[in-house]
Amino acid sequence: MSDTLQIIDESGKKVGKAPRLKRETLLRMYRAIVSTRSFDDRCMKLQRTGRIGFSIPNKGVEATSVGAAAALDAAQDWIAPHYRDFAMMFYLGIDVNGMFDNMFGNADDNAVGRQMPVHFSFRDPVNWLSISSPLGTQIPQAVGVAMAMKQRGEKGIALTTFGDGSTSTLGFHSGLNFAGVFGSPVVFLCQNNQWAISCPSEEQTASESYAIKGEAYGIPGIKVDGNDVLAVYRVVSEAVKRARAGEGPTLIEAVTFRMGGHSTSDDPSRYVEQSEFDAWEKRDPLFRFETWLKSEGHLDDEQIAAIRAETDAEMMAAAKAAEAKPRPKLGTIFSDVWEQMPPHLDAQMNACISHFAERDEAVDEKGEFPL
Amino acid sequence: MSELTMVQAVNDGLRTIMKEDESVLVMGEDVGPKGGVFLATENLTKEFGKERCFDTPLSEDGIIGVGVGLAMNGMKPVCEIQFQDFIFPAFDQIVSEAAKMRYRSGGQYTVPMTIRTPYGGGIRGGLYHSQSGEAYFAHTAGLKVVIPSTPYDAKGLLISSIMDPDPVMFFEPKALYRAGREEVPEGMYTVDLSKVREVTQGGDAVVFCYGAMVPVCTEAARRIKESRNKDIRVVDLRTLMPLDEEAVLQAARDCGRVVMVHEAPRFCGYGSEISALIAENAIEYMEAPIKRVTGFDTPFPNTLENYYLPDARRVFDAIEEVLDF
Repeated sequence: MSDTLQIIDESGKKVGKAPRLKRETLLRMYRAIVSTRSFDDRCMKLQRTGRIGFSIPNKGVEATSVGAAAALDAAQDWIAPHYRDFAMMFYLGIDVNGMFDNMFGNADDNAVGRQMPVHFSFRDPVNWLSISSPLGTQIPQAVGVAMAMKQRGEKGIALTTFGDGSTSTLGFHSGLNFAGVFGSPVVFLCQNNQWAISCPSEEQTASESYAIKGEAYGIPGIKVDGNDVLAVYRVVSEAVKRARAGEGPTLIEAVTFRMGGHSTSDDPSRYVEQSEFDAWEKRDPLFRFETWLKSEGHLDDEQIAAIRAETDAEMMAAAKAAEAKPRPKLGTIFSDVWEQMPPHLDAQMNACISHFAERDEAVDEKGEFPL
Repeated sequence: MSELTMVQAVNDGLRTIMKEDESVLVMGEDVGPKGGVFLATENLTKEFGKERCFDTPLSEDGIIGVGVGLAMNGMKPVCEIQFQDFIFPAFDQIVSEAAKMRYRSGGQYTVPMTIRTPYGGGIRGGLYHSQSGEAYFAHTAGLKVVIPSTPYDAKGLLISSIMDPDPVMFFEPKALYRAGREEVPEGMYTVDLSKVREVTQGGDAVVFCYGAMVPVCTEAARRIKESRNKDIRVVDLRTLMPLDEEAVLQAARDCGRVVMVHEAPRFCGYGSEISALIAENAIEYMEAPIKRVTGFDTPFPNTLENYYLPDARRVFDAIEEVLDF
């Protein structure tokens, strides 16, 4: 990765100029990564015991998510995310209870139990756009979000994230092309984790990199070591600064690795060689950041153990709380389709509720299922 | 008041709402200085600047995807798809994104966007400048589907669509763009979405139609009156989603004989829904089978388009059939 920016190497040694960051910020970044590992672990257990249907493992890609998150101003910037950016959510202070509400699809879920788990949607403390399953659709949307801010003379920017596979979608092309033409304040962050489910990069593109694709759109394309949280922070910060200054969009390719399956339904041993896992295990972004933080005197083993215990407990408590909440009411199948429910849908809703009520399936008149 | 064609009324509607509401933007291919291939956006860039009315790259997916983003962040984009036939690259953004955003975010994010697109035959456009794809969109929960048939309605319905909090597919019958003129009030006015318009009064049979089929059906009704002295009620549906179901059922009950006309293909076309609605809710009032007059279940032809499109003769025959059953 000679053309790839790196600040902390695989052994945790500083090899480049570290950005100036307060200890407090560094520890917040660290904690977001640890939280993600705890969240992943809890979700895997919940899925394997049949309590939730699905999750998306994030192990290995957290430095990319956190480095980017730390470069944003949550008060004014928008995020049009894909589904593998949990560490970004933790860094930005999105409520873990809200995340677990989505994992369980309960009555408090912002998506009202309508989406599969990990399809988060938040407006607070940051505009975290509702996640879609079809890939790449958020990319042109981020451009629209950014164009609106530019039009109103605001200083906010939009960050959109997507995987290597999504660079093949229509949305990637449309988004980068529009942003290039309109000079929109957008940062395109490609999380190149090497695998689009089971398809490796050489099946995705014949380009020498994903970053180089920016050139075709008249956009700077930058490649960064995605397992190096400080390098990602630096590159995304520079891109955000450019966008805020009205200098247009940037495409960033963060080279990382998905240290597990695509989802809880996937078995990566069918297509990834063990030797590849072993090689990337040595580049684990958490180990690397932790080693560096220790060498800088920001963190010691005792603190590390305490943070891990805290995040594990936090995840356990949030999962339990979410599991104990009721399902959304039956009527929520029908609400939020349009702002006002048209008469034909109202009729369908009433028919549905009375259908189940008549069959004594314990639906009350408001359409509430027991848990 | 001035006499406007439908395309002028569309232009006037855009200008009126852009003056009223700064968040309204017009975007699409060739909508800027050229004013659109049909001149629906003529002079808007000149009047409002290229920040408010602008050309985009030739990318339907981009136009709608960017439009969704603008709409989620406080703007009211009016996206033009040059011909409805070209909309399919944007199908994902419309069906999976715009239509479902309110639902999947529990109302946190919404898409107050209008997609204007000329549809239908009558200009010798062949396969790819003639299609009527309204059924694809009426089938998708979360979208509204609006089709005007007069200059007055075109302006009023367009303004209502742009002001609507949900994404609206606004299908413009290009065959009627310059087919006639009508008095159109100056300034703001709206026409309610989800209200049918009774074009002619009558109780012997009812013909449901929309868009470019409205004048065709009106002419057929006139000929029936002339030859058989029967009074045919022509009902312009105007909004396919949400449908004014009560008005449709009332007209069906009043008349007992129903013809449904559209130029889109028959199979799973909008007429199937009207027919099923009446069959489920008013079958006891029917004096004759419900009859559909539609385009054929083929792609749209070029040279022989006049044989493909329902015309007054075919509608006339269908009305006779239900009258004589």
